[in-house]
Amino acid sequence: MDLLLTILSIPLVQAILKIVAFVLVFVMATGTVMTLMERKWMSAVQDRIGPNRADMPFLGGLKARGAFHILADGLKSIFKEDTVPEGADRFLFTIAPFFALVAAMAIWAVIPFAGPWGPVTFQITDLNPGLVFIFAITSLGVYGAVLGGWSSNNKFALLGSARATSQMLSYEVFLGLSLVGLFMVYGTLQVGKIVELQNTYWFGDLVPKWGVITQPLAFVMFFTAMLAEAKRLPFDAPEGESEIIAGYFLEYSGMRYAAFMLAEYVAIVGVAGLTTTLFLGGYHVPWLHAGGFHLLGYVLPLPAWLVFLLQLGSFVFKVIALCWFVIIIRWTVPRFRFDQIMDLGWKKMLPVALANVVITGLVLLAWDWLA
Amino acid sequence: MAHDTHDSHGHHHAPAHTAPGALRVRVVERHDGLTEAVYLPAILGGLRITIKKFFRNILGKRDVVTIQYPEEKRRVAPRYRGRHRLTMREDGFIKCVACYMCETVCPAHCIHIEAGEVPDKSVEKYPVVFDIDELRCVFCGLCVEACPKDAIRMDTGIVAMAYSSRDRFDYTRDLLRDDYRPNEKTKYRAVPLPLSDEEALPESRGRAGT
Repeated sequence: MDLLLTILSIPLVQAILKIVAFVLVFVMATGTVMTLMERKWMSAVQDRIGPNRADMPFLGGLKARGAFHILADGLKSIFKEDTVPEGADRFLFTIAPFFALVAAMAIWAVIPFAGPWGPVTFQITDLNPGLVFIFAITSLGVYGAVLGGWSSNNKFALLGSARATSQMLSYEVFLGLSLVGLFMVYGTLQVGKIVELQNTYWFGDLVPKWGVITQPLAFVMFFTAMLAEAKRLPFDAPEGESEIIAGYFLEYSGMRYAAFMLAEYVAIVGVAGLTTTLFLGGYHVPWLHAGGFHLLGYVLPLPAWLVFLLQLGSFVFKVIALCWFVIIIRWTVPRFRFDQIMDLGWKKMLPVALANVVITGLVLLAWDWLA
Repeated sequence: MAHDTHDSHGHHHAPAHTAPGALRVRVVERHDGLTEAVYLPAILGGLRITIKKFFRNILGKRDVVTIQYPEEKRRVAPRYRGRHRLTMREDGFIKCVACYMCETVCPAHCIHIEAGEVPDKSVEKYPVVFDIDELRCVFCGLCVEACPKDAIRMDTGIVAMAYSSRDRFDYTRDLLRDDYRPNEKTKYRAVPLPLSDEEALPESRGRAGT
Protein backbone atom coordinates (compact mmCIF):
# COMPACT_ATOMS: atom_id res chain seq x y z
CA MET A 1 0.00 0.00 0.00
CA ASP A 2 2.79 2.38 0.96
CA LEU A 3 4.69 1.38 -2.13
CA LEU A 4 1.62 2.06 -4.24
CA LEU A 5 1.21 5.51 -2.72
CA THR A 6 4.88 6.24 -3.27
CA ILE A 7 4.61 5.22 -6.91
CA LEU A 8 1.44 7.26 -7.30
CA SER A 9 3.14 10.32 -5.87
CA ILE A 10 5.73 10.37 -8.66
CA PRO A 11 4.67 13.23 -10.98
CA LEU A 12 5.50 11.24 -14.10
CA VAL A 13 3.29 8.35 -13.01
CA GLN A 14 0.50 10.77 -12.26
CA ALA A 15 0.90 12.42 -15.64
CA ILE A 16 0.80 9.07 -17.43
CA LEU A 17 -2.29 8.01 -15.50
CA LYS A 18 -3.99 11.28 -16.38
CA ILE A 19 -3.07 10.92 -20.05
CA VAL A 20 -4.57 7.45 -20.07
CA ALA A 21 -7.70 8.56 -18.26
CA PHE A 22 -8.34 11.78 -20.16
CA VAL A 23 -6.97 11.21 -23.62
CA LEU A 24 -7.41 7.50 -24.13
CA VAL A 25 -10.54 6.91 -22.11
CA PHE A 26 -12.44 10.16 -22.53
CA VAL A 27 -11.24 11.87 -25.69
CA MET A 28 -10.70 8.83 -27.89
CA ALA A 29 -13.94 7.24 -26.77
CA THR A 30 -15.93 10.42 -27.29
CA GLY A 31 -14.34 10.92 -30.70
CA THR A 32 -15.19 7.36 -31.69
CA VAL A 33 -18.76 7.70 -30.51
CA MET A 34 -19.02 10.98 -32.40
CA THR A 35 -18.30 9.15 -35.67
CA LEU A 36 -21.56 7.30 -35.13
CA MET A 37 -23.39 10.20 -33.53
CA GLU A 38 -22.65 12.41 -36.50
CA ARG A 39 -24.48 9.93 -38.69
CA LYS A 40 -27.35 9.46 -36.28
CA TRP A 41 -27.77 13.16 -35.60
CA MET A 42 -27.53 14.22 -39.20
CA SER A 43 -30.21 11.73 -40.10
CA ALA A 44 -32.45 13.18 -37.42
CA VAL A 45 -31.98 16.59 -39.01
CA GLN A 46 -32.71 15.14 -42.43
CA ASP A 47 -35.80 13.12 -41.47
CA ARG A 48 -34.01 9.80 -41.64
CA ILE A 49 -33.21 7.10 -39.11
CA GLY A 50 -29.54 6.63 -39.77
CA PRO A 51 -27.40 3.53 -39.29
CA ASN A 52 -29.35 1.02 -37.22
CA ARG A 53 -28.66 -2.40 -38.69
CA ALA A 54 -25.31 -3.62 -37.34
CA ASP A 55 -26.15 -6.37 -34.90
CA MET A 56 -24.26 -8.56 -32.47
CA PRO A 57 -24.53 -12.19 -33.49
CA PHE A 58 -23.29 -13.35 -30.08
CA LEU A 59 -25.88 -11.30 -28.22
CA GLY A 60 -28.90 -12.67 -30.03
CA GLY A 61 -28.77 -10.17 -32.86
CA LEU A 62 -28.90 -7.21 -30.48
CA LYS A 63 -29.00 -4.02 -32.48
CA ALA A 64 -29.15 -1.28 -29.84
CA ARG A 65 -30.36 1.22 -32.47
CA GLY A 66 -27.10 0.98 -34.39
CA ALA A 67 -24.60 1.37 -31.57
CA PHE A 68 -22.51 -1.51 -32.90
CA HIS A 69 -21.76 0.31 -36.13
CA ILE A 70 -18.72 1.65 -34.29
CA LEU A 71 -17.39 -1.90 -33.92
CA ALA A 72 -18.33 -2.71 -37.48
CA ASP A 73 -16.42 0.34 -38.71
CA GLY A 74 -13.37 -0.63 -36.68
CA LEU A 75 -13.41 -4.22 -37.89
CA LYS A 76 -13.85 -3.14 -41.47
CA SER A 77 -10.95 -0.70 -41.31
CA ILE A 78 -8.66 -3.31 -39.82
CA PHE A 79 -9.39 -5.86 -42.50
CA LYS A 80 -9.25 -3.45 -45.42
CA GLU A 81 -6.14 -3.52 -47.52
CA ASP A 82 -3.77 -0.76 -46.60
CA THR A 83 -2.63 0.64 -49.93
CA VAL A 84 0.09 3.12 -50.72
CA PRO A 85 -0.36 4.71 -54.15
CA GLU A 86 2.32 4.49 -56.80
CA GLY A 87 4.78 7.35 -56.64
CA ALA A 88 3.76 8.29 -53.13
CA ASP A 89 6.28 9.40 -50.57
CA ARG A 90 6.03 6.30 -48.46
CA PHE A 91 7.43 7.70 -45.24
CA LEU A 92 5.36 10.87 -45.16
CA PHE A 93 2.32 8.99 -46.36
CA THR A 94 2.64 6.67 -43.41
CA ILE A 95 3.14 9.27 -40.72
CA ALA A 96 0.65 11.90 -41.93
CA PRO A 97 -2.42 10.41 -40.21
CA PHE A 98 -0.57 10.32 -36.93
CA PHE A 99 0.40 13.97 -37.28
CA ALA A 100 -3.27 14.73 -37.54
CA LEU A 101 -4.18 12.46 -34.65
CA VAL A 102 -1.41 13.62 -32.32
CA ALA A 103 -2.12 17.29 -32.98
CA ALA A 104 -5.80 16.72 -32.30
CA MET A 105 -5.06 15.04 -29.00
CA ALA A 106 -2.20 17.19 -27.73
CA ILE A 107 -4.36 20.17 -26.77
CA TRP A 108 -5.89 18.01 -24.04
CA ALA A 109 -2.59 18.39 -22.18
CA VAL A 110 -3.71 21.76 -20.84
CA ILE A 111 -7.45 21.25 -20.45
CA PRO A 112 -8.63 20.73 -16.87
CA PHE A 113 -11.41 18.20 -16.36
CA ALA A 114 -12.33 19.13 -12.82
CA GLY A 115 -11.14 21.31 -10.00
CA PRO A 116 -8.34 20.13 -7.74
CA TRP A 117 -9.45 17.58 -5.16
CA GLY A 118 -7.01 17.79 -2.30
CA PRO A 119 -3.52 17.47 -3.79
CA VAL A 120 -4.76 15.87 -7.02
CA THR A 121 -5.33 18.07 -10.05
CA PHE A 122 -7.36 16.90 -13.03
CA GLN A 123 -5.29 18.53 -15.68
CA ILE A 124 -2.36 16.81 -17.33
CA THR A 125 -0.12 19.85 -17.02
CA ASP A 126 -0.89 23.45 -16.22
CA LEU A 127 1.67 25.05 -18.52
CA ASN A 128 2.46 28.64 -17.72
CA PRO A 129 2.08 29.73 -21.37
CA GLY A 130 -1.00 27.56 -21.88
CA LEU A 131 -2.67 29.71 -24.52
CA VAL A 132 0.53 29.89 -26.54
CA PHE A 133 0.76 26.11 -26.34
CA ILE A 134 -2.78 25.94 -27.71
CA PHE A 135 -1.83 28.20 -30.63
CA ALA A 136 1.21 26.06 -31.36
CA ILE A 137 -0.68 22.79 -31.30
CA THR A 138 -3.72 23.93 -33.24
CA SER A 139 -1.54 25.19 -36.05
CA LEU A 140 0.25 21.81 -36.10
CA GLY A 141 -3.04 20.17 -37.02
CA VAL A 142 -2.75 21.34 -40.59
CA TYR A 143 0.48 19.37 -41.10
CA GLY A 144 -1.43 16.11 -41.17
CA ALA A 145 -3.59 17.42 -43.98
CA VAL A 146 -0.73 18.97 -45.91
CA LEU A 147 1.61 15.99 -45.61
CA GLY A 148 -1.13 13.48 -46.34
CA GLY A 149 -2.26 15.29 -49.44
CA TRP A 150 1.17 16.12 -50.71
CA SER A 151 2.67 12.67 -50.24
CA SER A 152 -0.24 10.86 -51.92
CA ASN A 153 0.85 11.73 -55.47
CA ASN A 154 -2.71 12.62 -56.35
CA LYS A 155 -3.87 15.94 -57.74
CA PHE A 156 -7.14 16.01 -55.83
CA ALA A 157 -5.34 15.24 -52.60
CA LEU A 158 -2.84 17.98 -53.37
CA LEU A 159 -5.69 20.40 -53.99
CA GLY A 160 -7.04 19.42 -50.60
CA SER A 161 -3.71 20.21 -48.99
CA ALA A 162 -3.51 23.54 -50.79
CA ARG A 163 -6.96 24.39 -49.54
CA ALA A 164 -6.02 23.32 -46.02
CA THR A 165 -3.01 25.63 -46.16
CA SER A 166 -4.93 28.60 -47.50
CA GLN A 167 -7.60 28.02 -44.90
CA MET A 168 -5.03 27.87 -42.14
CA LEU A 169 -3.57 31.19 -43.32
CA SER A 170 -7.04 32.68 -43.11
CA TYR A 171 -8.20 31.56 -39.70
CA GLU A 172 -4.97 31.40 -37.72
CA VAL A 173 -4.62 35.17 -37.44
CA PHE A 174 -8.05 35.94 -36.07
CA LEU A 175 -7.89 32.82 -33.91
CA GLY A 176 -4.90 34.33 -32.14
CA LEU A 177 -6.35 37.81 -31.96
CA SER A 178 -9.64 36.55 -30.57
CA LEU A 179 -7.78 35.06 -27.63
CA VAL A 180 -5.83 38.27 -27.02
CA GLY A 181 -9.01 39.83 -25.68
CA LEU A 182 -9.41 36.86 -23.38
CA PHE A 183 -6.03 37.16 -21.77
CA MET A 184 -6.43 40.91 -21.45
CA VAL A 185 -9.54 40.25 -19.37
CA TYR A 186 -8.11 37.46 -17.23
CA GLY A 187 -4.55 38.72 -17.23
CA THR A 188 -2.96 35.29 -17.61
CA LEU A 189 -2.00 32.75 -20.23
CA GLN A 190 -2.29 29.83 -17.85
CA VAL A 191 -5.33 27.76 -18.70
CA GLY A 192 -5.94 26.59 -15.14
CA LYS A 193 -5.99 30.20 -13.92
CA ILE A 194 -8.31 31.30 -16.73
CA VAL A 195 -10.75 28.57 -15.74
CA GLU A 196 -10.44 29.52 -12.07
CA LEU A 197 -11.09 33.18 -12.83
CA GLN A 198 -14.21 32.26 -14.77
CA ASN A 199 -15.70 31.22 -11.45
CA THR A 200 -15.57 34.78 -10.13
CA TYR A 201 -18.69 36.86 -10.29
CA TRP A 202 -20.10 40.25 -11.11
CA PHE A 203 -22.84 42.06 -9.21
CA GLY A 204 -22.16 40.37 -5.90
CA ASP A 205 -22.20 36.72 -6.90
CA LEU A 206 -24.82 36.80 -9.61
CA VAL A 207 -23.27 36.80 -13.09
CA PRO A 208 -20.34 34.44 -13.64
CA LYS A 209 -17.40 35.94 -15.53
CA TRP A 210 -17.43 33.25 -18.19
CA GLY A 211 -15.50 34.05 -21.32
CA VAL A 212 -18.68 34.05 -23.36
CA ILE A 213 -20.02 36.88 -21.16
CA THR A 214 -16.83 38.92 -20.86
CA GLN A 215 -15.78 38.40 -24.48
CA PRO A 216 -18.85 37.51 -26.59
CA LEU A 217 -17.30 38.67 -29.87
CA ALA A 218 -14.15 36.73 -29.18
CA PHE A 219 -16.29 33.68 -28.44
CA VAL A 220 -17.95 33.82 -31.85
CA MET A 221 -14.62 34.36 -33.60
CA PHE A 222 -12.81 31.68 -31.65
CA PHE A 223 -15.55 29.16 -32.28
CA THR A 224 -15.52 30.01 -35.99
CA ALA A 225 -11.76 29.63 -36.13
CA MET A 226 -11.93 26.34 -34.30
CA LEU A 227 -14.49 25.04 -36.76
CA ALA A 228 -12.02 25.91 -39.49
CA GLU A 229 -9.23 24.31 -37.52
CA ALA A 230 -11.18 21.07 -37.21
CA LYS A 231 -12.08 21.35 -40.94
CA ARG A 232 -15.75 21.28 -40.13
CA LEU A 233 -18.40 22.86 -42.24
CA PRO A 234 -18.70 25.64 -43.28
CA PHE A 235 -14.91 25.35 -43.53
CA ASP A 236 -14.43 21.84 -44.87
CA ALA A 237 -12.91 23.02 -48.14
CA PRO A 238 -9.84 20.74 -47.62
CA GLU A 239 -12.17 17.75 -47.88
CA GLY A 240 -14.84 19.16 -50.16
CA GLU A 241 -16.45 15.84 -51.08
CA SER A 242 -18.46 17.24 -53.94
CA GLU A 243 -15.45 18.87 -55.56
CA ILE A 244 -12.25 17.01 -54.71
CA ILE A 245 -13.70 13.67 -53.59
CA ALA A 246 -12.19 13.39 -50.13
CA GLY A 247 -9.45 15.98 -50.39
CA TYR A 248 -6.22 15.35 -48.60
CA PHE A 249 -6.95 11.80 -47.41
CA LEU A 250 -8.34 10.64 -50.72
CA GLU A 251 -5.68 7.96 -51.22
CA TYR A 252 -5.88 6.50 -47.75
CA SER A 253 -7.48 3.21 -46.93
CA GLY A 254 -7.82 0.84 -44.04
CA MET A 255 -6.60 1.86 -40.63
CA ARG A 256 -4.76 4.95 -41.90
CA TYR A 257 -7.99 6.27 -43.30
CA ALA A 258 -9.64 5.42 -40.00
CA ALA A 259 -6.87 7.33 -38.21
CA PHE A 260 -7.65 10.42 -40.30
CA MET A 261 -11.34 10.08 -39.61
CA LEU A 262 -10.71 9.57 -35.93
CA ALA A 263 -8.39 12.59 -35.90
CA GLU A 264 -11.20 14.61 -37.37
CA TYR A 265 -13.64 13.58 -34.69
CA VAL A 266 -11.08 13.92 -31.92
CA ALA A 267 -10.56 17.44 -33.28
CA ILE A 268 -14.29 18.08 -32.82
CA VAL A 269 -14.02 16.98 -29.22
CA GLY A 270 -10.96 19.23 -28.99
CA VAL A 271 -12.91 22.19 -30.33
CA ALA A 272 -15.60 21.51 -27.77
CA GLY A 273 -13.07 21.06 -24.97
CA LEU A 274 -11.16 24.25 -25.75
CA THR A 275 -14.29 26.34 -26.19
CA THR A 276 -15.67 24.99 -22.94
CA THR A 277 -12.45 25.68 -21.10
CA LEU A 278 -11.82 29.17 -22.41
CA PHE A 279 -15.32 30.53 -22.83
CA LEU A 280 -17.89 28.42 -21.04
CA GLY A 281 -16.35 28.35 -17.59
CA GLY A 282 -14.46 25.09 -18.04
CA TYR A 283 -15.55 22.52 -15.51
CA HIS A 284 -17.33 25.09 -13.36
CA VAL A 285 -20.97 24.82 -12.51
CA PRO A 286 -22.30 28.35 -12.03
CA TRP A 287 -22.19 29.41 -8.38
CA LEU A 288 -20.51 26.17 -7.30
CA HIS A 289 -17.36 26.82 -5.33
CA ALA A 290 -15.02 24.39 -3.58
CA GLY A 291 -17.23 24.27 -0.49
CA GLY A 292 -20.65 24.20 -2.18
CA PHE A 293 -23.11 26.56 -3.84
CA HIS A 294 -22.94 30.28 -3.08
CA LEU A 295 -25.74 32.43 -4.43
CA LEU A 296 -27.08 35.77 -3.17
CA GLY A 297 -25.72 35.18 0.28
CA TYR A 298 -27.18 31.68 0.58
CA VAL A 299 -24.74 28.81 1.00
CA LEU A 300 -25.40 25.16 0.27
CA PRO A 301 -22.40 23.18 1.55
CA LEU A 302 -21.49 20.07 -0.41
CA PRO A 303 -18.91 17.32 0.26
CA ALA A 304 -15.72 17.43 -1.81
CA TRP A 305 -16.54 14.29 -3.80
CA LEU A 306 -19.92 15.66 -4.85
CA VAL A 307 -18.34 18.93 -5.94
CA PHE A 308 -15.82 16.91 -7.94
CA LEU A 309 -18.52 14.82 -9.59
CA LEU A 310 -20.61 17.89 -10.39
CA GLN A 311 -17.61 19.60 -11.95
CA LEU A 312 -16.65 16.54 -13.97
CA GLY A 313 -20.25 16.08 -15.07
CA SER A 314 -20.54 19.72 -16.02
CA PHE A 315 -17.36 19.55 -18.09
CA VAL A 316 -18.44 16.39 -19.90
CA PHE A 317 -21.92 17.80 -20.47
CA LYS A 318 -20.57 21.03 -21.95
CA VAL A 319 -18.16 19.15 -24.19
CA ILE A 320 -20.82 16.78 -25.51
CA ALA A 321 -23.28 19.62 -26.01
CA LEU A 322 -20.72 21.58 -28.00
CA CYS A 323 -19.85 18.51 -30.07
CA TRP A 324 -23.53 18.25 -30.84
CA PHE A 325 -23.60 21.91 -31.82
CA VAL A 326 -20.58 21.51 -34.11
CA ILE A 327 -22.31 18.61 -35.82
CA ILE A 328 -25.64 20.43 -36.14
CA ILE A 329 -23.80 23.37 -37.70
CA ARG A 330 -22.41 21.02 -40.31
CA TRP A 331 -25.92 20.04 -41.36
CA THR A 332 -27.11 23.64 -41.41
CA VAL A 333 -24.68 25.69 -43.45
CA PRO A 334 -23.16 25.13 -46.87
CA ARG A 335 -19.44 25.10 -47.57
CA PHE A 336 -17.46 28.29 -48.15
CA ARG A 337 -15.27 28.46 -51.20
CA PHE A 338 -11.67 28.83 -50.17
CA ASP A 339 -11.47 32.40 -51.50
CA GLN A 340 -14.58 33.17 -49.46
CA ILE A 341 -12.83 31.78 -46.40
CA MET A 342 -9.92 34.11 -47.08
CA ASP A 343 -12.36 36.98 -47.53
CA LEU A 344 -14.03 36.15 -44.27
CA GLY A 345 -10.76 35.74 -42.42
CA TRP A 346 -8.87 38.75 -43.68
CA LYS A 347 -11.54 41.29 -44.57
CA LYS A 348 -14.16 40.62 -41.93
CA MET A 349 -12.81 38.69 -38.97
CA LEU A 350 -9.42 40.37 -38.74
CA PRO A 351 -10.78 43.97 -38.43
CA VAL A 352 -13.43 42.80 -35.99
CA ALA A 353 -10.83 40.96 -33.94
CA LEU A 354 -8.57 44.03 -33.87
CA ALA A 355 -11.51 46.22 -32.89
CA ASN A 356 -12.37 43.75 -30.17
CA VAL A 357 -8.83 44.01 -28.76
CA VAL A 358 -8.93 47.82 -28.83
CA ILE A 359 -12.40 48.05 -27.28
CA THR A 360 -11.50 45.50 -24.61
CA GLY A 361 -8.43 47.56 -23.78
CA LEU A 362 -10.43 50.78 -23.55
CA VAL A 363 -13.09 49.18 -21.39
CA LEU A 364 -10.48 47.71 -19.07
CA LEU A 365 -8.74 51.10 -18.78
CA ALA A 366 -12.04 52.84 -18.07
CA TRP A 367 -12.88 50.17 -15.49
CA ASP A 368 -9.58 50.71 -13.67
CA TRP A 369 -9.97 54.47 -13.89
CA LEU A 370 -13.47 54.33 -12.38
CA ALA A 371 -12.49 51.92 -9.62
CA MET B 1 -33.04 46.43 -76.13
CA ALA B 2 -36.47 45.26 -77.07
CA HIS B 3 -38.12 48.48 -75.98
CA ASP B 4 -36.13 50.88 -78.12
CA THR B 5 -38.92 51.37 -80.64
CA HIS B 6 -41.41 52.22 -77.92
CA ASP B 7 -39.03 54.62 -76.25
CA SER B 8 -38.52 56.60 -79.44
CA HIS B 9 -42.17 57.72 -79.29
CA GLY B 10 -41.45 60.33 -76.71
CA HIS B 11 -42.76 60.47 -73.14
CA HIS B 12 -43.50 56.76 -72.89
CA HIS B 13 -40.31 55.59 -71.35
CA ALA B 14 -41.89 52.65 -69.57
CA PRO B 15 -43.94 50.65 -72.05
CA ALA B 16 -47.21 49.26 -70.72
CA HIS B 17 -46.58 45.84 -72.17
CA THR B 18 -43.65 43.92 -73.54
CA ALA B 19 -43.53 42.86 -77.12
CA PRO B 20 -44.24 39.14 -77.54
CA GLY B 21 -41.06 37.15 -77.47
CA ALA B 22 -39.06 39.99 -76.02
CA LEU B 23 -36.52 39.17 -73.38
CA ARG B 24 -37.97 39.86 -69.98
CA VAL B 25 -35.68 40.39 -67.05
CA ARG B 26 -36.82 39.56 -63.58
CA VAL B 27 -34.99 41.69 -61.06
CA VAL B 28 -34.16 39.65 -57.99
CA GLU B 29 -34.01 41.66 -54.83
CA ARG B 30 -30.53 41.43 -53.37
CA HIS B 31 -29.94 41.41 -49.66
CA ASP B 32 -26.55 43.00 -49.38
CA GLY B 33 -26.89 44.64 -46.01
CA LEU B 34 -24.90 44.17 -42.87
CA THR B 35 -27.11 41.32 -41.66
CA GLU B 36 -26.12 39.32 -44.73
CA ALA B 37 -22.48 40.23 -44.50
CA VAL B 38 -22.04 38.91 -40.96
CA TYR B 39 -23.76 35.60 -41.85
CA LEU B 40 -24.92 35.07 -38.28
CA PRO B 41 -28.64 35.89 -38.68
CA ALA B 42 -28.88 33.54 -41.64
CA ILE B 43 -26.98 30.81 -39.78
CA LEU B 44 -29.24 31.22 -36.75
CA GLY B 45 -32.27 30.99 -39.01
CA GLY B 46 -30.91 27.76 -40.43
CA LEU B 47 -30.08 26.42 -37.00
CA ARG B 48 -33.64 27.09 -35.91
CA ILE B 49 -34.87 24.72 -38.60
CA THR B 50 -32.24 22.01 -38.15
CA ILE B 51 -32.49 21.99 -34.37
CA LYS B 52 -36.28 21.87 -34.52
CA LYS B 53 -36.08 18.95 -36.93
CA PHE B 54 -33.47 17.26 -34.76
CA PHE B 55 -35.57 17.31 -31.62
CA ARG B 56 -38.80 16.39 -33.39
CA ASN B 57 -37.15 13.35 -34.90
CA ILE B 58 -35.07 12.32 -31.90
CA LEU B 59 -38.00 12.53 -29.52
CA GLY B 60 -40.92 11.38 -31.62
CA LYS B 61 -39.63 10.22 -35.03
CA ARG B 62 -42.66 11.99 -36.40
CA ASP B 63 -41.17 13.18 -39.66
CA VAL B 64 -39.02 10.18 -40.47
CA VAL B 65 -39.98 8.78 -43.84
CA THR B 66 -37.59 5.83 -43.91
CA ILE B 67 -39.02 2.43 -44.78
CA GLN B 68 -37.03 -0.35 -43.11
CA TYR B 69 -36.88 -2.32 -46.32
CA PRO B 70 -36.62 -6.03 -45.81
CA GLU B 71 -38.97 -5.96 -42.84
CA GLU B 72 -41.22 -3.19 -44.07
CA LYS B 73 -42.12 -2.89 -47.69
CA ARG B 74 -43.31 0.03 -49.67
CA ARG B 75 -46.94 -0.38 -50.65
CA VAL B 76 -47.08 -1.03 -54.35
CA ALA B 77 -49.97 0.26 -56.43
CA PRO B 78 -52.21 -2.56 -57.69
CA ARG B 79 -51.32 -1.72 -61.26
CA TYR B 80 -47.58 -1.73 -60.62
CA ARG B 81 -45.78 -4.03 -63.03
CA GLY B 82 -43.36 -6.12 -61.05
CA ARG B 83 -41.77 -9.46 -61.70
CA HIS B 84 -43.89 -11.83 -63.75
CA ARG B 85 -45.70 -14.84 -62.43
CA LEU B 86 -47.41 -17.71 -64.18
CA THR B 87 -50.85 -18.33 -62.74
CA MET B 88 -52.31 -21.74 -61.97
CA ARG B 89 -55.57 -23.44 -62.63
CA GLU B 90 -57.71 -24.55 -59.71
CA ASP B 91 -56.47 -28.10 -60.07
CA GLY B 92 -52.88 -26.86 -59.77
CA PHE B 93 -51.91 -27.17 -63.41
CA ILE B 94 -50.29 -24.24 -65.11
CA LYS B 95 -52.76 -22.04 -67.00
CA CYS B 96 -50.45 -21.27 -69.87
CA VAL B 97 -51.39 -23.04 -73.12
CA ALA B 98 -48.14 -22.13 -74.91
CA CYS B 99 -49.89 -20.05 -77.57
CA TYR B 100 -46.84 -17.83 -78.08
CA MET B 101 -48.94 -14.62 -77.89
CA CYS B 102 -46.74 -13.07 -75.24
CA GLU B 103 -43.53 -14.13 -76.89
CA THR B 104 -44.74 -12.58 -80.13
CA VAL B 105 -45.87 -9.31 -78.64
CA CYS B 106 -42.86 -8.84 -76.39
CA PRO B 107 -40.93 -5.82 -77.67
CA ALA B 108 -37.80 -6.83 -75.81
CA HIS B 109 -37.81 -10.44 -76.99
CA CYS B 110 -37.24 -11.61 -73.49
CA ILE B 111 -39.74 -14.49 -73.42
CA HIS B 112 -38.78 -17.90 -74.71
CA ILE B 113 -41.42 -20.63 -74.90
CA GLU B 114 -41.20 -24.22 -76.03
CA ALA B 115 -44.52 -26.02 -76.24
CA GLY B 116 -45.19 -29.59 -75.24
CA GLU B 117 -48.14 -31.91 -75.49
CA VAL B 118 -50.33 -32.63 -72.49
CA PRO B 119 -51.67 -36.12 -71.83
CA ASP B 120 -54.81 -34.48 -70.47
CA LYS B 121 -56.82 -33.87 -73.62
CA SER B 122 -58.72 -30.88 -72.24
CA VAL B 123 -55.72 -28.73 -72.95
CA GLU B 124 -53.79 -28.99 -76.14
CA LYS B 125 -50.39 -27.69 -75.19
CA TYR B 126 -48.43 -26.55 -72.19
CA PRO B 127 -45.08 -24.79 -71.94
CA VAL B 128 -42.23 -27.21 -71.46
CA VAL B 129 -39.93 -24.21 -71.36
CA PHE B 130 -41.10 -20.77 -70.35
CA ASP B 131 -38.11 -18.53 -69.72
CA ILE B 132 -38.13 -14.81 -69.12
CA ASP B 133 -34.84 -12.94 -69.18
CA GLU B 134 -35.70 -10.32 -66.58
CA LEU B 135 -32.62 -8.30 -67.55
CA ARG B 136 -34.02 -7.75 -71.03
CA CYS B 137 -37.60 -7.20 -69.91
CA VAL B 138 -38.74 -3.59 -70.19
CA PHE B 139 -41.74 -4.18 -67.88
CA CYS B 140 -44.20 -2.84 -70.44
CA GLY B 141 -46.93 -5.32 -69.51
CA LEU B 142 -47.81 -6.19 -73.11
CA CYS B 143 -47.43 -9.91 -72.37
CA VAL B 144 -50.10 -9.63 -69.68
CA GLU B 145 -52.44 -7.84 -72.07
CA ALA B 146 -51.78 -10.29 -74.88
CA CYS B 147 -52.45 -13.43 -72.86
CA PRO B 148 -55.82 -15.01 -73.72
CA LYS B 149 -55.81 -17.26 -70.68
CA ASP B 150 -54.80 -14.82 -67.93
CA ALA B 151 -51.82 -17.07 -67.47
CA ILE B 152 -49.15 -14.41 -67.00
CA ARG B 153 -49.40 -11.51 -64.63
CA MET B 154 -47.00 -8.90 -63.28
CA ASP B 155 -48.71 -8.32 -59.96
CA THR B 156 -46.22 -10.03 -57.65
CA GLY B 157 -45.23 -6.76 -56.03
CA ILE B 158 -41.60 -7.80 -56.46
CA VAL B 159 -40.12 -4.47 -57.51
CA ALA B 160 -36.45 -5.23 -57.40
CA MET B 161 -34.48 -8.27 -58.33
CA ALA B 162 -30.90 -8.13 -57.21
CA TYR B 163 -28.46 -10.91 -57.84
CA SER B 164 -24.73 -11.13 -58.12
CA SER B 165 -24.85 -13.23 -61.25
CA ARG B 166 -26.55 -12.65 -64.59
CA ASP B 167 -27.77 -16.25 -64.75
CA ARG B 168 -30.08 -15.68 -61.85
CA PHE B 169 -32.10 -13.21 -63.88
CA ASP B 170 -33.09 -15.95 -66.31
CA TYR B 171 -36.37 -16.91 -64.75
CA THR B 172 -37.46 -20.37 -65.80
CA ARG B 173 -40.98 -21.67 -65.80
CA ASP B 174 -40.93 -23.18 -62.38
CA LEU B 175 -39.38 -20.11 -60.82
CA LEU B 176 -42.16 -18.04 -62.34
CA ARG B 177 -44.98 -20.26 -61.09
CA ASP B 178 -46.91 -18.40 -58.49
CA ASP B 179 -46.77 -21.34 -56.10
CA TYR B 180 -43.00 -21.34 -56.11
CA ARG B 181 -41.56 -20.76 -52.66
CA PRO B 182 -37.82 -20.27 -52.74
CA ASN B 183 -37.22 -21.37 -49.17
CA GLU B 184 -39.11 -24.61 -49.29
CA LYS B 185 -37.31 -27.86 -49.83
CA THR B 186 -40.11 -29.26 -51.90
CA LYS B 187 -40.60 -26.76 -54.63
CA TYR B 188 -44.18 -27.51 -55.59
CA ARG B 189 -47.46 -27.99 -53.90
CA ALA B 190 -50.25 -30.15 -55.27
CA VAL B 191 -49.37 -30.62 -58.90
CA PRO B 192 -51.56 -33.28 -60.52
CA LEU B 193 -49.46 -33.42 -63.61
CA PRO B 194 -45.83 -33.80 -62.74
CA LEU B 195 -44.54 -30.85 -64.66
CA SER B 196 -40.90 -30.92 -63.77
CA ASP B 197 -40.69 -34.68 -63.58
CA GLU B 198 -39.01 -35.63 -66.80
CA GLU B 199 -39.86 -39.33 -66.54
CA ALA B 200 -43.56 -38.59 -66.84
CA LEU B 201 -43.12 -36.64 -70.02
CA PRO B 202 -40.40 -38.37 -71.98
CA GLU B 203 -40.75 -36.13 -75.03
CA SER B 204 -40.08 -32.97 -73.04
CA ARG B 205 -36.37 -33.28 -72.48
CA GLY B 206 -34.24 -30.21 -72.66
CA ARG B 207 -34.53 -27.18 -70.51
CA ALA B 208 -37.74 -28.15 -68.79
CA GLY B 209 -37.69 -28.13 -65.03
CA THR B 210 -35.14 -26.44 -62.93
